[in-house]
Amino acid sequence: MTARATGRPPRLPPFEQVVERHGPALLRFCAAQVGPERAEDCFQDAMLAALRAYGELRDPGSVRAWLFAIAARKAIDAHRERARGAEPTEDVEQVAIAAPEAPSDGALWAHVRGLPDKQRRALSLRYLGDLTHREIGDAMGTSEAAARRNVFEALARLRREVGVG
Amino acid sequence: MRSEDRSALDALERRLSEESGPDAAAFARARRALAERAAAAGLVDVAFERHETPLGALVLGATAEGLVRVGLPNEPEEAVLEELAARVSPRVLRAPRPSLARVRRELDEYFGGRRRRFEVPLDWRLTEGFRREVLFATARIPFGRTASYAEVAASAGRPRAFRAAGSALAANPLPIVVPCHRVLPGDGGVGRYRGGAEAKARLLALERA
Repeated sequence: MTARATGRPPRLPPFEQVVERHGPALLRFCAAQVGPERAEDCFQDAMLAALRAYGELRDPGSVRAWLFAIAARKAIDAHRERARGAEPTEDVEQVAIAAPEAPSDGALWAHVRGLPDKQRRALSLRYLGDLTHREIGDAMGTSEAAARRNVFEALARLRREVGVG
Repeated sequence: MRSEDRSALDALERRLSEESGPDAAAFARARRALAERAAAAGLVDVAFERHETPLGALVLGATAEGLVRVGLPNEPEEAVLEELAARVSPRVLRAPRPSLARVRRELDEYFGGRRRRFEVPLDWRLTEGFRREVLFATARIPFGRTASYAEVAASAGRPRAFRAAGSALAANPLPIVVPCHRVLPGDGGVGRYRGGAEAKARLLALERA
C-alpha cells in the first residue's frame, strides 16, 4: 500500500527465496495435477513463467497465490498437450481421468488425480497450495462460493471412494 | 451435515495435508533443472553460488556483465541476496554462469598460492562516485603490498579525504577480488575489515607467505 502511495515499485524478495519457500509445495501440487512422472516439467514451466513475470508482481504478500495460479494454468496446458497427442475425439477431462499414473506418491493423492478437473484443482490449491477459497476462486476464474463448493464436493467424493472415517 | 460426516471429512483433510508426494530429492533435481533453463533463457539477472574457501563460505553474485558481489563468511546469505534484489534486480537465483565458474577457479588458485591477481570481469554498479574511484585505486595495489588510507585517497584524486576512503573500503561490494584488505591504518595494526579483523590478517598472511 505504501509502495503504491509513493509510486515506487514494490520491494520484491530475491526469487531464490520464492523457490526455497514455496517450491516443495508447488512440486507436490504439480504431481497431484499431472502425475509424478510429469510433475518436474510442470514445476519448471510454472517457475520459469513466474520468473519471467516476477517484475510485474505488484503485491509481494500474494506471491504464493500468484505462483500457484500460474502452476494451475501450466497444468491445464500440460493436459491439453497430452490430449492433442492422444485420440482426437477425447476431451481434456476424459484424458486426465482415463490415464491414471502409477501411484509413486501418497495413495490418497493418486485418488485425487482421478477427480473431475475442477474438483481436483480446487482441492490441490487448498491443501497443497494452502490458498484461501477466495484465492482459489481467483486462480480458477470462479467465485469464492464456487471454489468452496468445488473443494467440498471433492472431499465428499474422495470420502465415498476411499472410505475414510 | 451430520457429525460423523464432519469428522470423516476432518480425517480426510488431515491425510491430504500430511501425505507428502514428491520427495526432497525430486525437488532438488527439479530445482537444478529450473536453474539451468532459467540461465539459458536469460531470465536470471543475478546468478549466485556459494563457494568454500579457507576463510569460510563466500556468496558470489554475478550479472551478465561480471562479478557484482562477494559476500564474506560473516555476512548472512539472506542479507546479501536481499541487497542484490533491492539494488540490482529481484530476479536473483542460484544458477550457473561462466563468470561464476571463473571466479571460483581463480579463488581456489589464489588461496592455493598459485594466483596473484584476479582477471574475472567485474560489474561495478554497486558503488559509484568517489567510492568507486577509491576501489579502482585499491584494485591497483599489487599482491603482497599494502597502502595507507591516505595513499588510496590521494590515488583516487582527493588526498585529504582519507576518512571517506575508509568508508568506501568498508562498503566494498567485491572484497578479496578488489583487495581492500591491503589498505592499512598508519598505526601498525591491520585496522577494520568488512569480514572482521581476523579475516583481514589471514589474507595479509597468505600474501606474505
